Amino acid sequence: MSWFKRIKEGITTSTKEKKETPEGLWYKCVKCKKICPTNEHVLNLYVCPHCNYHERIGSAEYFEVIFDNNEYVELDPNLSSGDPLEFTDTKNYKSRIVESQKKSGLKDALRSAHGVVDGRDLVVCCMDFGFIGGSMGSVVGEKIARAIDYCLQKKIPLMIISKSGGARMMEAAYSLMQMAKTSAKLALLSQAGIPYISLLTDPTTGGVTASYAMLGDLNIGEPGALIGFAGPRVVKETIGKDLPKGFQTSEFVLEHGFLDKIVSRKDLKPTLSRLLEMFQS
Amino acid sequence: MNYLDFEKPIAELIEQKEKMANAAQKSGVDVTKTLEELDGKIADKRKEIFGKLTPWQRVQVSRHPDRPYTLAYIEALTAGSFIELHGDRTVKDDKAMVGGLGLIDGHTVMLIGQQKGNNTKMRQYRNFGMPNPEGYRKALRLMKMAEKFNKPIITFIDTPGAYPGLEAEERGQGEAIARNLLEMSKLRVPVICIVIGEGASGGALGIGIGDRVLMLENTWYSVISPESCSSILWRSWNEKERAAEALKLTPEDMKQHGLVDGIIPEPLGGAHTSPEEIFATVKAEILKHLGELSPVNADERITRRIDKFCKMGVVVEG
Ligand SMILES: [Zn+2]
Repeated sequence: MSWFKRIKEGITTSTKEKKETPEGLWYKCVKCKKICPTNEHVLNLYVCPHCNYHERIGSAEYFEVIFDNNEYVELDPNLSSGDPLEFTDTKNYKSRIVESQKKSGLKDALRSAHGVVDGRDLVVCCMDFGFIGGSMGSVVGEKIARAIDYCLQKKIPLMIISKSGGARMMEAAYSLMQMAKTSAKLALLSQAGIPYISLLTDPTTGGVTASYAMLGDLNIGEPGALIGFAGPRVVKETIGKDLPKGFQTSEFVLEHGFLDKIVSRKDLKPTLSRLLEMFQS
Repeated sequence: MNYLDFEKPIAELIEQKEKMANAAQKSGVDVTKTLEELDGKIADKRKEIFGKLTPWQRVQVSRHPDRPYTLAYIEALTAGSFIELHGDRTVKDDKAMVGGLGLIDGHTVMLIGQQKGNNTKMRQYRNFGMPNPEGYRKALRLMKMAEKFNKPIITFIDTPGAYPGLEAEERGQGEAIARNLLEMSKLRVPVICIVIGEGASGGALGIGIGDRVLMLENTWYSVISPESCSSILWRSWNEKERAAEALKLTPEDMKQHGLVDGIIPEPLGGAHTSPEEIFATVKAEILKHLGELSPVNADERITRRIDKFCKMGVVVEG
């Protein structure tokens, strides 16, 4: 892996160090309300040991879960959103971005990286819900497009981890067209015979579901994730009735034929590893 | 005729003219000159009002109840040759999405679009132009057929959005739209998409990946309706005018940002004031663009189509 030698100090981040928590702290599960020691929760990949509730995590955590030794090269790390429509609602979009960047330490709602999984190359684009609800704007679309170009050039499989409320309204039609852009690029990846694995995590809705999240050669869901096109509140208003139990969960979406598999976080890397091996052998 | 609130001054002049014409008929007085003057006034008023429509007013015109819908365009363009084709071959026939083969000036084309209804009963029958997944799958089936027989595709976009219902979710609304985006981007035949009314979000884009994407003058295209945008960003339904402005959803804005390829002018006062005129204009536009697109090699056309969409977006390095 010659490219590894080119990794400069500081490009890769060890979240393990950041996440080192003093003993004696406790995590309370939002679903079953039971508690467990925080460090145990972190070691369990942010999954509740009692009820298997998968806590929402960001790109740094997913990269750590997936890539060998948490080593990777981030692709296009410095892209930020422009404000082509000079959009203003109760706040202007420019200051919303600056605020979100300060608060989250991220540039936008998706990071892409090249690393290895049990020795096999993989490019992962991972959404960050912490940045304006993981909304899809020009940066998300452009980073995915460039990551696909990178995969095409180097013949490396792609994985996109979706975690998003959908389109970014402040980019209006630009945001809408990211659906077209990413889907068109995925058509090229597909024609080149390069595998694309889509991981749908809590939540994956709106324009993200209606574009790249549903277009995987394999669509994999995390357990219990909300996955849908229209949000549950909108569906409820439309039908004027309460929604059936389990509506729009990963398990529901699998039963209706739109997911290949539901994979627990602890099984994610071993599953990926086996899939990559089978695709390549 | 139905009139929107900002069209009231026009409606009043038209009413005045009709009254005068009726009275003149009864009394036998010659009022030709006065009627001509009134016609001039009506035209001036139309110019005055329609010359400076706000984005929100544009949205209202796009939803005008007298506006021609997809099948009206198709019937007029194909001069009675249209053969409607039904069903997605999986679940059912979606009445909110229509399609079929027809001849335009001797050329066979596949025509597809969302269909709204023009009375209460038909509006329900057409589900208010909001397709279910099977609508998008029917559209894709017809597009693949067109590709197989090397026929160009024309789509007509007019929807308040994909239907957000329970069964739509069960049958994979998101997957259906996503699949269309991917498949349309690599169709080997020319694809022309025309927004003839409302272009709301993924429900519109689901039949909107074309070599040419054109908007009629009084239409809108965006990621969300002004009403929903208002309710989410301002947490109130009352900011729809501001939302309509902020979204930059008019044809002029969309063209300026390179998000659509062209604008098709409408008769003064909107498409519904002279359907024959708009049908003729749309037909001429389709023939012009087909003339430009057809000679291009299919691979080249696909590359240009994909590149066009891939250029959309504004990012800053650093
Ligand atoms: Zn729990």
